[in-house]
Amino acid sequence: MTELVARHAIGAPVTGQALVANDGFSARYDLDRVAGTFSRPAHKLAGQSYVGKILVLDTAKGGVASAWMLHEMASRGVAPLALVFNSVNPILAQGAAFGELTMLAGFDGDITALVPQGARVSLDPARRLLILI
Amino acid sequence: MNLSGEERDILAGALGPVPKLALEHQIKVGDFFGAEDFVPVTQAHIMADTESLGEAGVRWLEGLAAGKVGRRRVRIPTITDPRGTDFAKAAFLGHTAAMLTLEERTIAAFVKLGVMMTDTCINYQTVQPATLNEHVAFGDTGVVIYSNSVCGARSNFEGGPSALAAGLTGRTPRYGFHLERQRRATLALRVDFAPRSLNEWGALGGVIGRIAGNYWSVPLIEGIEASPGSDALKHFGAAMASFGSIAMFHMPGVTPEARRRADVAPDRLPEQRVGRAEIDALEKSYRKDDRVDVVVFSAPQLSLLELAELAELCAGRRFSIPLLAVTSPQVKPDADRMGYTRTLEAAGGTVLSGMCFYQSYAREIAEAKGWKRLATNSAKLVNILGGYGYVPMLASMEQCVAAAQTGRLA
Repeated sequence: MTELVARHAIGAPVTGQALVANDGFSARYDLDRVAGTFSRPAHKLAGQSYVGKILVLDTAKGGVASAWMLHEMASRGVAPLALVFNSVNPILAQGAAFGELTMLAGFDGDITALVPQGARVSLDPARRLLILI
Repeated sequence: MNLSGEERDILAGALGPVPKLALEHQIKVGDFFGAEDFVPVTQAHIMADTESLGEAGVRWLEGLAAGKVGRRRVRIPTITDPRGTDFAKAAFLGHTAAMLTLEERTIAAFVKLGVMMTDTCINYQTVQPATLNEHVAFGDTGVVIYSNSVCGARSNFEGGPSALAAGLTGRTPRYGFHLERQRRATLALRVDFAPRSLNEWGALGGVIGRIAGNYWSVPLIEGIEASPGSDALKHFGAAMASFGSIAMFHMPGVTPEARRRADVAPDRLPEQRVGRAEIDALEKSYRKDDRVDVVVFSAPQLSLLELAELAELCAGRRFSIPLLAVTSPQVKPDADRMGYTRTLEAAGGTVLSGMCFYQSYAREIAEAKGWKRLATNSAKLVNILGGYGYVPMLASMEQCVAAAQTGRLA
């Protein structure tokens, strides 16, 4: 079991499967929020379902819509389980706060390289920990 | 966070449940970023198109607006980003009755909350630009980067719920670009060519946004010989924010906090050159076809000067495919009065007001109208629309107008 410490954390503890890519994240730019998949053709996760996954990505990109969209996706049960970033922008933090989503950001090292694809992961925001099970 | 007496009172419910909820949300965000306290803000700008809100977001707004106890109205001037439709052209766009009902409910809720429905993403050109050192809470990344960089104002990206919270409490957590230390340049880009057109300024912004890479980067841009003007800086900043999530740049001699490099940059910065080759490569990467289904000028909304230029290019032409020009409710009456709308529509174009193409159910428009290959002079728009199923292509205003006539992009 490996524990990785984040500098920023919000939300409730969760455990789930990681979906990992060294790419950005924007709910508007990257997602088909009806199908629950990554839809931007150039995205490294294009075509893959994000629903119920712990997304481990490099950084938040794009616009302010993600703050509403995380809340909207959660209301329909097509949201990711949690978000983990190397670097986060205010929109994702605001969206996580508003949508009551778990999010960790800022690690020593590239989190997209430290978490294996498909790994089972626990997030403990109170202790700012990502735990590889 | 350190709270003032007034903030403790709000948190205790002294002003009612709506300001309390707003402040609780702001404290969560402030705690996440380690904000020490709040900073008063003079204006808020809310991005809240209904495609983003969905039924859940609209119900949440209606819940706030229905509050009977305490204060529910905003306490500082609070304005809105583009809406999800232009009601006058909704049928043409294929917007459904359900979409329009959601819009109407949202507008009704915002009006009850005291929000001014300005419906614009170019408020710095049309409503009231923020001024040097003015702390504001702006949504729309293009508005934030322009206000921070060109106006010298101080704002983070404020998503809709947070911007509304700032309107309701009159303050925002003091972190990020409200702090002097966050506004220093973190990398330098030397531009060794002079962009000539808005699409080139947008492409340059996109290239720099990709290089800078994340919200906390502040590029210092050197090599720009003359002030580019408001519309060029608008496209430049909007694209940089879109491609890179960048909220601020400095351009010595042009932007107010960087009269000279030393004002904003340490002695040593990582440096990189950007030339025409990088701009051409970005444009070429989107050029997947030469056939075009629709031409769109939007993102950001067009200024009166852009509409004047566009009208001149459209005069006397007859389009074979739709051409849409999207502007703000403040600019549209002037465009009507000056005859620009009439000129565009005589050529077969459509002038839309108070919306922005990508914030107006772009995926559903594509399905309703059968549009896929889209030409635009907005680098921001090409960056966004790929995820909505379009094949967006970037070209100059002149090339886009010609494409509207021939159906092909030269």
